[in-house]
Amino acid sequence: MGDPALSRRGFLAASAAAGLGMTALSGCGGDSDGGSSGTTTVEWWNISTTQPTKDVWAALAKKFEAQNPKVKIKIVQLENDAYKSKMTALIASGKLPDIFHTWGGGVLRQQVDAGLVEDLTDRTKEWSEGLLPVAKEPYLIDDQVYGIPFDIGMVGFWYNKALFKKAGIDTPPTTWSGFLDAVRALKAKNITPIALAGKEAWTGMYYWAYLAMRTAGAEAVQKAADDKDFTAPEFVQAGRLLKELVDLQPFQKGFLGAAYSTPSGQAAAVGNGKAAMELMGQWAPVVQADAGKGLGDDLGFFPFPEVEGGKGAITEVFGGGGGHALRRGAPQAAVDFLKFFASETTDRELVKKTGVLPVVPAAEDALTDVNLKAVQTQLKASTGFQLYLDQAYAPALGQEVNESVAALIAGSKSPEQISESITKVAKEEQ
Amino acid sequence: MTSTFLPDKRAGSGTDLPPPPADPARGRARRRAVNWLTAVSFQVPALVLFIVLVLLPILFALYAAFFRWGGFGMPSDYVGTENFTRLFDDPVFLGDLWRCLLLVLLSLAVQLPFALAMAVLLNQRIRGRALYRMLFFAPYVLSEAITGVLFSMIFAPDDGLADQVLDNIGLGWVGGEWFSDPSTVMATLFLVMTWKYFGFHMMLYLAGLQSIPKELTEAALIDGASPWQRFRNVTLPLLAPTLRISVFLSVIGAIQLFDLVWVVTQGGPDHHSETMAVTMFQFGFKRYQVGYASAISVVMFGISLVFALAYQRFVLRRDLQGATTTMRGGGK
Repeated sequence: MGDPALSRRGFLAASAAAGLGMTALSGCGGDSDGGSSGTTTVEWWNISTTQPTKDVWAALAKKFEAQNPKVKIKIVQLENDAYKSKMTALIASGKLPDIFHTWGGGVLRQQVDAGLVEDLTDRTKEWSEGLLPVAKEPYLIDDQVYGIPFDIGMVGFWYNKALFKKAGIDTPPTTWSGFLDAVRALKAKNITPIALAGKEAWTGMYYWAYLAMRTAGAEAVQKAADDKDFTAPEFVQAGRLLKELVDLQPFQKGFLGAAYSTPSGQAAAVGNGKAAMELMGQWAPVVQADAGKGLGDDLGFFPFPEVEGGKGAITEVFGGGGGHALRRGAPQAAVDFLKFFASETTDRELVKKTGVLPVVPAAEDALTDVNLKAVQTQLKASTGFQLYLDQAYAPALGQEVNESVAALIAGSKSPEQISESITKVAKEEQ
Repeated sequence: MTSTFLPDKRAGSGTDLPPPPADPARGRARRRAVNWLTAVSFQVPALVLFIVLVLLPILFALYAAFFRWGGFGMPSDYVGTENFTRLFDDPVFLGDLWRCLLLVLLSLAVQLPFALAMAVLLNQRIRGRALYRMLFFAPYVLSEAITGVLFSMIFAPDDGLADQVLDNIGLGWVGGEWFSDPSTVMATLFLVMTWKYFGFHMMLYLAGLQSIPKELTEAALIDGASPWQRFRNVTLPLLAPTLRISVFLSVIGAIQLFDLVWVVTQGGPDHHSETMAVTMFQFGFKRYQVGYASAISVVMFGISLVFALAYQRFVLRRDLQGATTTMRGGGK
């Protein structure tokens, strides 16, 4: 390890640095409203650090400022993980930025319960009602609106049409047994059927979550979370079905140590044509092209297959998006900005330039990509919705689900054991 | 600080010497008080920093370990020793302890002897030894995060440098899944740790070797001692203080191992490379079970403390003689 016996001077330097870091951190939540000249500064924290989104968002902020001369938007952009840890520190201090990124679900609920988030139900009613219902779902807490979406998506299978053809699979499977047959057919042709990032536990969680939605139904999954009981036979069956898949050894070599977006990871394996498919959200094509070569026209999308005899329908979707919430007591200008950001004109621009899916139904025609259109069609026709489990649940439970499913895939826990361990943690939380 | 300091300065200033004190005993007492105050005033800044940034957090972690606490507000849900009983029931944490022991044993049995061998070798007059010394030491300078990224590329199954090279020299069967296979992940990790740290220990030993007077080895040579005898009976005993320090650093390092593991495997696959620090991070910063994570850190702290104290008391005692000031020795 580094230098366990730090000299005293080294230690002092380190602690001084830590101290400075702390001051810098606490300086971030600075006051925003008010100001002598009558202008309001609105602080906007987001995680759009990649291009082209970064520039598009900055331009939108400028445009809003031009329309509202008395408002200044201060953008703070942080990388995903850095954002999460900074938010943790801010929550402990009790002071959030005016506008901040949220995924909704359990994390947002914690912030709401701590009394830190503005209830937007009445303040946004007139314009937020027209937004795509499924997109608003993650930010509804006890039927109150706490966030406004700018993106929505869902998880499904992204597959390589050429490799499917090579294995003699004409149409993507719609049932679980058909899916397992497709995996066998691909294996028979020496094609790696599925890429999986075993190092990042959330990628495996998608399988179990979807299977549970297919066996028990989206409502029952929701109810299990409310009742803190995941021991119903359907959940154990979901584990068994996943085990069936794992037993076929469908994943790439060394998948247990593979990451998601690195050059030797899950997305690259599909993007380079080394594996035939992956179960991933609407961002998959972008990452495949970024980490690997990308499949272009060979890339296709199909929804997670139905389980024969299961209570869930193939039209129930599992996914999530991105949204913005306001700190409690944020100035009116922040609400105005949310309205501006969720307007048809803005959404059209976001869809065209940054590859998100439209949350304003009128902006739909801006969507041109065939696969994203397929995702959009699925979303609009959805009969049920479940947010990513690791976002929907409190962090401890979300992580337990991820890790339990990872253990099932690695072969160290049985379907019964993971239902039990998830239930146990669910019950421990409050 | 200054208010206590100023009078002393006036008393001790050389411009107008005070008359010699009538009672020498009183003068000594006063001088002692002045010394004491000077010492204290110099200590205060460091002491404040130490208390605020080290002592208080440690005490707070100790306190938080007895609560179920999510990290928001103050801990209020007192659960007694539940966190600790849960800890010692958790197969992952027990595994952490075992893996820690494994790394310590491997370091002592493989890494340090290897470093010693290289040090002895590079202490000879061989061509380009400065270059070798630099090359072997270089990995230590690299940050752990970069080392981690580098080796996860090298040991990527199939596509990685390691598997490609092994394939091309016909040793493909040696390669495999490295970090991705639960049964080989610890061995691979240890390989990387050895690569990174043997150079540091080698440098320590080289410094130690160079402080051994040549006359002693020459005398042994004249007495007809074989190379092994010279090493065993002259070099090794004289190198012992360095060895003891090196063992100490190695063990403490193994107990606290985090960065490398976090970057390369995050403790996986399936917890097979998890260390105590990784488990603590998972619970503290991913699950927000800060009370439980505090319990883990308290146990880690306890293990390090007990080891450090016992090692100093029983092993380093001779090396530290005279180096540490005790009340008895320093009061003169």
